[in-house]
Amino acid sequence: MSDETPKKKSTGLSRREVLAGGTALSAALFLPKSLKAADFPTAEINTTGLAVTDDTVTIGILHSVTGTMAISETGSVQAEKLAIDQINAQGGILGRKIEYIQEDGASDWPTFAEKARKLLVNDKVASVMGCWTSASRKAVLPVFEQHNGFLYYPTFYEGLEESPNVIYTGQEATQQIIAGLDWVNQTKGAKSFYLLGSDYIWPRTSNKIARKHIENFMEGCKVVGEEYYPLGHTQFNSVINKIRLRKPDVIYAIVVGGSNVAFYKQLIAAGIDPSAEKPIVLTISVTEDEIRGIGGENIEGAYACMKYFQSLENENNLKFVEEFKKMWGDDIAIGDVTQAAYLGPWLWKAAVEKAGSFDVDKVREASPGIELTTAPEGYVKIHENHHLWSKTRVGRAQADGQYEVVFETAELVEPDPFPEGYQ
Amino acid sequence: MTRSSFMTRKELIGFLILAAVIFLLLPAMLDSFRLNLFGKYLTYAFVAVGLALCWGAGGILSLGQGVFFGLGGYCMAMFLKLEASTPENTAIQSTPGIPDFMDWNQLTELPVWWQPFYSLPLALLAVLAVPVVFAFIIGFAMFTRRVGGVYFAIITQAFAAILTILIIGQQGYTGGVNGITDLRTLLGWDIRTDEAKTTLYFVNGVLLFAVLLIAQYVRKSKLGRLLIAMRDQEDRVRFSGYNVANFKIFIFCLGAAFAGIGGAMFTLQVGFMSPTLVGIVPSIEMVIFCAVGGRLSILGAVYGALLVNWAKTSFSEAFPELWLLGLGGLFIAVVMFFPNGLAGVWSEQIEPRLTKLSKRSDTATPKRAAERAPAE
Repeated sequence: MSDETPKKKSTGLSRREVLAGGTALSAALFLPKSLKAADFPTAEINTTGLAVTDDTVTIGILHSVTGTMAISETGSVQAEKLAIDQINAQGGILGRKIEYIQEDGASDWPTFAEKARKLLVNDKVASVMGCWTSASRKAVLPVFEQHNGFLYYPTFYEGLEESPNVIYTGQEATQQIIAGLDWVNQTKGAKSFYLLGSDYIWPRTSNKIARKHIENFMEGCKVVGEEYYPLGHTQFNSVINKIRLRKPDVIYAIVVGGSNVAFYKQLIAAGIDPSAEKPIVLTISVTEDEIRGIGGENIEGAYACMKYFQSLENENNLKFVEEFKKMWGDDIAIGDVTQAAYLGPWLWKAAVEKAGSFDVDKVREASPGIELTTAPEGYVKIHENHHLWSKTRVGRAQADGQYEVVFETAELVEPDPFPEGYQ
Repeated sequence: MTRSSFMTRKELIGFLILAAVIFLLLPAMLDSFRLNLFGKYLTYAFVAVGLALCWGAGGILSLGQGVFFGLGGYCMAMFLKLEASTPENTAIQSTPGIPDFMDWNQLTELPVWWQPFYSLPLALLAVLAVPVVFAFIIGFAMFTRRVGGVYFAIITQAFAAILTILIIGQQGYTGGVNGITDLRTLLGWDIRTDEAKTTLYFVNGVLLFAVLLIAQYVRKSKLGRLLIAMRDQEDRVRFSGYNVANFKIFIFCLGAAFAGIGGAMFTLQVGFMSPTLVGIVPSIEMVIFCAVGGRLSILGAVYGALLVNWAKTSFSEAFPELWLLGLGGLFIAVVMFFPNGLAGVWSEQIEPRLTKLSKRSDTATPKRAAERAPAE
């Protein structure tokens, strides 16, 4: 695995981290596959009164299964349940089977806070897999910090956060943006960019980082327009006219949710066919899940910058896709976030086993340096800032709703939630 | 029963029962987590009481009460956010000392209109004044032009939509979709602990009773009777020489003030405020609380808010994927079988039987016809 070890950067990784990572790796190699519960008396591995018995441990799943976000979050719930099933089939964690309590955040931020409190205070769950939108994460964050819960958050997001009570299994903004912009500049010769997005913190912060990178780090490149539309907006004709007028090389689109359908259909109607690449359409907000809504024929040829695509052809992913389909039916699409959600229970398992305890403080301490070699996206590793080292990949949308991977970074990209020079 | 009496014996008993439920029964039965949830539900009861006055008594159906709830809540949240955003707490930002979301949106100084919210008295004043001023403007514009009924309801709904879009769009100033989060202390008092939440629950209860007494006073006053007259025959009241618009504006503003208090208490209890509480959906939900409880009864409105929210929580815990259907069924059942809500069930079904029972034991009690207001 030495070739996969994260590249050392002058600003980032310290020698100590590399060593710590190495120790974790060797520890992981020598751990037996299934641990016996009897070797770990409940009183010793659970000193803070969590819901751990002699043969079970209870965790929470907190996503929206009703409301506008349900369509996005369902995949995450499915992935988490799959991971839990698989872990249980291997004998569980420290000999204990995982049981879960599922709560519905109902696409409503106060409800998320209420349910988070319920899971932590009432149910004493050992960890929570959950949340999707930034708003829901912001709503539950004080609850997790106050009650010392532990959350695995799957979505790619804007960064600017580093909570001791959260492991961010998705990419923060720089991991998703910078490599993609460099790629489109170097291989396609793109020089001018039109930024647009839905109007909330993730697209705005992402575009801010994109703009800084384009203007300060990419020679001769410029931003020719930047615009935002309310969530749910469906009239993109005016911006499409401006795009035709200013003729950018790249449309950098961070439109989310249902607006995507209108946006891509209107692009084609206006004669901007993504597959013609004039201009190139590059997005960071359309996964395989969204394409199901947009329709493959409407977005064919557009590029998306993610860390995972369902079409990845490594052994881990082939197995993951197969088991996912076995559990949830052939008629599913697995997007970037779904894969990140799948990592949550596995990363938690690894951290608990490394710590030899379910105590949140010990799991937190054990988390940095935890590695997964079985992740569908390939090898990942938890950074000291609680985000994952992962690769950035660019995929080209196909008519069948899948992405063809056209580029991936050679090395893992370091997570940098507070990027200097991009604020 | 004299017409001028503030509260009949029957109503007094109703108030006492509610007081017993809120101050004795619930705290005795529930652990602190569940009690805190009921504290949250009680904040919606403020809105429901205001609606019982506006809609039940005055016939003014507002589908935009979330606006006032939200404005009150945001005023409180702004104060708490400024208190939480000390330069020490926000040292990691490019501009320490301003709320985190402003920093994320490249604001480098606090906007002028945020300044008053450094002061608690001004913030508390704003909790009442901002919703009332807003309600006055809407009410003045609508009622003096004799806009009423369905048209008024639609316009208030539009206001709810507009305010949500405004808050989301101006995220540098308002926190956008995320809202104002991570509120910690009130004048140094940590509002996140269980003890604080329990204390806030009781503060909530006391304030709710203050609001209920004001509502009761309004209903029993000449104003209250005029409102009912206006609801049933607006033109006759107008022809009798009353300025109908002024009464409507007043009651609408009063409902807004109640909602504002509820919003402020919500922020304190839950620890954040977000535009999801301002929009159309929560506004309609608040009308549902009132309808389930019985729009003609201010006490019914409180029970409605508690019951619907409790059902919402328990259904969604028991059936995370199906609970909305159950809740929908509940609303349909209430509207179909009990058009006057819980209060109607009480006054039409239970009370006459109780009276019959007590008559059997005490023949001296005079029979009292159940008070019934005509449906709209």
